[in-house]
Amino acid sequence: MAEITVEAIATELDPATGGDVADFVVLMKPRVMFLVVFTALVGLVVAPGSMHPVLAVAALICIAAGAGAAGALNMWYDADIDAAMARTAARPIPRGQITPSEARSFGAVLALGSVVCLGLMANWLASALLAFTIAFYVFVYTMWLKRTTPQNIVIGGAAGALPPMIGWAAATGTVSFPPIVLFLIIFFWTPPHFWALAILRTRDYARAGVPMLPVVSGEDATRLQILIYSLILAPLGMAPAIIGLGGTLYAAAASILGALFVVLAYACYREREGERAARAAKDLFAYSVLYLFLLFAVLLVEHAFGVGGSLPSLWTS
Amino acid sequence: MQDAEKERKRRQRMRSLAIAWVLFGLVVLFFIVTIVRLGGHVADRPI
Repeated sequence: MAEITVEAIATELDPATGGDVADFVVLMKPRVMFLVVFTALVGLVVAPGSMHPVLAVAALICIAAGAGAAGALNMWYDADIDAAMARTAARPIPRGQITPSEARSFGAVLALGSVVCLGLMANWLASALLAFTIAFYVFVYTMWLKRTTPQNIVIGGAAGALPPMIGWAAATGTVSFPPIVLFLIIFFWTPPHFWALAILRTRDYARAGVPMLPVVSGEDATRLQILIYSLILAPLGMAPAIIGLGGTLYAAAASILGALFVVLAYACYREREGERAARAAKDLFAYSVLYLFLLFAVLLVEHAFGVGGSLPSLWTS
Repeated sequence: MQDAEKERKRRQRMRSLAIAWVLFGLVVLFFIVTIVRLGGHVADRPI
């Protein structure tokens, strides 16, 4: 593990300044927050029945705050790892702009506030799911799995996959099969997405003492795992169309996007050396973000605007 | 030293303002959500 400790970071803090508002925004991981809110929005929109737009916006604000809380608590606990990695060294805690205890308090207050507010504004099932998501991300992924097993992002990925289910629960007060399908798509998307990045940052992770798969099992084994998960993900991406959640537009988009995912995963598997290998991993990482965004965007457009046509369904909501 | 103190005060003021805005936003949100949840039923009472 890195020698830099959270305590050492805290004592290095310049007491004369303190964090700016922008530092607290960074602490909430706004880019992750966007993806969480977006997938939760899709879960909310594709759910049967209708939710008042004001209540839907209020629920999404709570989910965004919950995601921000999880991000802040992650940055509090992982400050030692962040300080040792080039990608994260400029985050507010390693930079000394925010103290670890400030980040912890900020995250805890935000977590509690978001869970209570979601319960009051939507329902307590959605609130319980949000609480579980934050707790799973902080206690199971951040504090336990991340530092102990190369399967960290596989199991920990469950936290990132839950937002569509929270959105669905906020709209309906229940959880049924369709949001579980959306959960599974993000769950199987997470490993190839993160491992493509991990291949590019293997030395960084090794220096920080994080047992990511490329560090523990090597890059070749990771490339094989990426390909396997991609081969599961591509057909799984079609599942919403099969169960009637997505229409013909979604089916077409999912098949094209899924095929392209497999092509890029295979390129990443095949290219093992030099600049071409790095390029392949970089392309897959960038595309994986676009893949998830487009897949969910098509589903959103179909439901929000009633376009896309319908396929014979094996399951009806 | 004076500049650092000035900067510290500026940041503290910005943080305080941000908290004030968030609290104000929450008050407005709770008010609107309450009205929406009550719906038209708030007028359904015997006179």
